[in-house]
Amino acid sequence: MKLTLRIWRQKGRDGKGRMVTYTLDDVSPDMSFLEMLDVLNERLILSGEEPVAFDHDCREGICGMCGMVINGVAHGPERATTTCQLHMRHFSDGDTIDIEPWRSAAFPVIKDLVVDRSAFDSIIQAGGFITAPTGAAPEAHATPVPKPDADAAFEAATCIGCGACVAACPNGSGMLFTAAKITHLGLLPQGQPERYSRVVDMIDAHDEAGFGGCTNIGECTAVCPKGIPLETISHLNRDYLSATAGGKHPE
Amino acid sequence: MAVTGGVMFVFLVAHMVGNLKIFAGPEAFNHYSEWLRTVGSPAVPYRTVLTLLEVVLLLSVVLHITAAVQLARRARAARPVKYRSRKRVQQSYASRTMRWGGVIIALFVIYHLLDLTFLVANPAGVPGDPYGNAVAGFSTWYVTLAYTVALIAVGFHLRHGLWSALQTLGRSDDRRERAVNVTASVAAVLLIAGFLSVPFAVITGLVGLR
Repeated sequence: MKLTLRIWRQKGRDGKGRMVTYTLDDVSPDMSFLEMLDVLNERLILSGEEPVAFDHDCREGICGMCGMVINGVAHGPERATTTCQLHMRHFSDGDTIDIEPWRSAAFPVIKDLVVDRSAFDSIIQAGGFITAPTGAAPEAHATPVPKPDADAAFEAATCIGCGACVAACPNGSGMLFTAAKITHLGLLPQGQPERYSRVVDMIDAHDEAGFGGCTNIGECTAVCPKGIPLETISHLNRDYLSATAGGKHPE
Repeated sequence: MAVTGGVMFVFLVAHMVGNLKIFAGPEAFNHYSEWLRTVGSPAVPYRTVLTLLEVVLLLSVVLHITAAVQLARRARAARPVKYRSRKRVQQSYASRTMRWGGVIIALFVIYHLLDLTFLVANPAGVPGDPYGNAVAGFSTWYVTLAYTVALIAVGFHLRHGLWSALQTLGRSDDRRERAVNVTASVAAVLLIAGFLSVPFAVITGLVGLR
């Protein structure tokens, strides 16, 4: 396959970026998208140019490190697929592919396609945890969890924090990420003690980090590689209303 | 956004049902208009209930616009560098046009008040004869056209607004999400059909000066 790539190149945090065009002549349809970029980078290194910086780690679709906006869609054209699990067979010979980083004020570009997602860490630090003592796994029958709750909590817990929801949101909101954590912890008995302080603190941290507000457009769930449902945002809203209007927030 | 929008939606339903009185003839319609001003009397002075409702509505409009401006400003600040290429995945036309649609609706409401409340923009403009004023206005094709376009904009605004409000208030979940969406669409279509029935009845001669 012969491809034309237009890639966002930016030297550093303060650098002014631009789209740079590259052509690749010998792309195998069996390559993953990241392997295709590896091939480009090997060529760039051999010719003495700076390789394209991009984030990646497990390349199995479970770590949340990789992610770029491919032809205007976060993680590319395939549904429920991370960039590392996207294969070149989904493109055609002669295609032009635009590759950009996540664009969000809360995710500043570090270099090329690498963004700083520390803003997600600040949201987690504000309440994305439980304060129960950990240790050996608890006896499974000691705290029964209804099956539907366990399923919904598990579905929300599959969020890998890649940031595609923010990248896709027309408002630049990180609500799907925040909602996934709220739903995951709020449905389980271990998450109950901090349930209502958690939702208020995490939303405060979310707004503080410079993310936009949610207007329920639904682009986030459409690009989410884990298919986190929009329902989690409804769950977040219910808990937030109980905490504030319902007066359940301790402070 | 959800609460103030909800107040305005309830008002729109009452407004639409009230409009249908026009099919009962000029006396019934004008009497209904007078009743709105005298309701509650003699316990409360003339126009008390109506004025209270107007205050609540005005407050809702102001808060709704304030929240919309805040959301739009946050959204703009949240993405200082725009995407060079951008593709929509599943967003609806209604959800995408909430902001400019809202501006169009606000301009329409101003015109609508000048037309049928303050009677400055109405061809007849006879105080105390809402039936005659409505018929005089809607007999002109471009007035009916303006109302039609604006009402369709209201319909789209409500289609996303109702769904979004119910989601914001936590009334949606995975089992109900589809039902909530269908309810929003059906409510928007029924409401707008009810509103449009009046100008179309006038322009087709179904409702006229008798």
